[in-house]
Amino acid sequence: MNNEYRASVVVRTVAYILAAPLIVFGLYVILHGHLTPGGGFAGGAIMATFIALFLVSFGRKGAGSLHRNLFSVLESLGLTVFVVLAFLGISNTFFYNFMVNSGHLFGRVISFGVNPGYLDTGGVIPLMNIAVGLEVFSAISLIVLEMFTYSREDKND
Amino acid sequence: MISIQFLAAIILISLGLSVAVFKKNLIKIVMAVHVIGSGVNLFLVSLGYRAGGIAPIFTDASKLQMVLPTTQALTLTSIVIDFAVVALMLSFVISIYGHYGTLDTQKRRLKE
Amino acid sequence: MMKEKNIKGVTLCVLFVFLLVMGFCLRPAGEPVNTEMDDYFITYGQVQTGSNNIVTSVVFDYRGMDTLGEASVLFAAASGVFLVFRGERNE
Repeated sequence: MNNEYRASVVVRTVAYILAAPLIVFGLYVILHGHLTPGGGFAGGAIMATFIALFLVSFGRKGAGSLHRNLFSVLESLGLTVFVVLAFLGISNTFFYNFMVNSGHLFGRVISFGVNPGYLDTGGVIPLMNIAVGLEVFSAISLIVLEMFTYSREDKND
Repeated sequence: MISIQFLAAIILISLGLSVAVFKKNLIKIVMAVHVIGSGVNLFLVSLGYRAGGIAPIFTDASKLQMVLPTTQALTLTSIVIDFAVVALMLSFVISIYGHYGTLDTQKRRLKE
Repeated sequence: MMKEKNIKGVTLCVLFVFLLVMGFCLRPAGEPVNTEMDDYFITYGQVQTGSNNIVTSVVFDYRGMDTLGEASVLFAAASGVFLVFRGERNE
């Protein structure tokens, strides 16, 4: 039995080429979630695609270099930050947007109508996008990593 | 007269339902569940479509006639929940294969 | 036995598709009714939440509770997959 799984040179080269653009595009989609289509969920899924591609191209050795506990901690951290941000506006209501129109961080005042899009608007929405993006990225990576590790172990028995 | 979006949703949902009823492979049943979910998502999005509207995003919008945003937000929720359900079902399928060595629902060991 | 199950399945599918077609024929696409809530979101969402993307403002602000449940479902699914495979590995 072939103990060392290795993808073909085509897959590995495409993985090398696509690694940086996938991560950068995922971060772009997460950070611009309140201005352009996308958001935390879509960006997290794009970044998790990088993990899936990594596992496909580098196999067992690549899976050994990814830490399962790190993804677990990141996932819990994202969900915790999301809930804490929701609770910070509890003086009015749960999920109250307390940072909008304040003039400080992410608090630029905008009026109704078409505009070119300013990054420092939206109040807590960009922060929640980042938290949810972290959570989705870690959850999908954890699921893919678990399935991959188990199927590989099964084959090598 | 039925609209083309609703016709596509009907085709997706009925395809998924017939595959889930008639096929005997567990992986195909999971795929059928996902196809049913896709049909439901298409139905939700097309319910909120307003003729001639654009996506509800103000960044460099060409006009102010926009489709309904709430159905799109709930479709986003539906997509993620569909993904979670399918991931859990697939892990159960992998576990079943490890225990019984088969994916056929008609095999005797899996029916009991 | 097999014939019986096939007849039942075909009956179920035909009935379900018939109900789907009948239900979808009630309204044409592209002309939604009862749009007061969505018109409110489109008109005031940009000023109230500061977000150009109205879908994002609905997901994270007006209907944040739904998103909390959604994130919890994803967390639960990841934990479930983790638990299933850990049980497999320990046997």
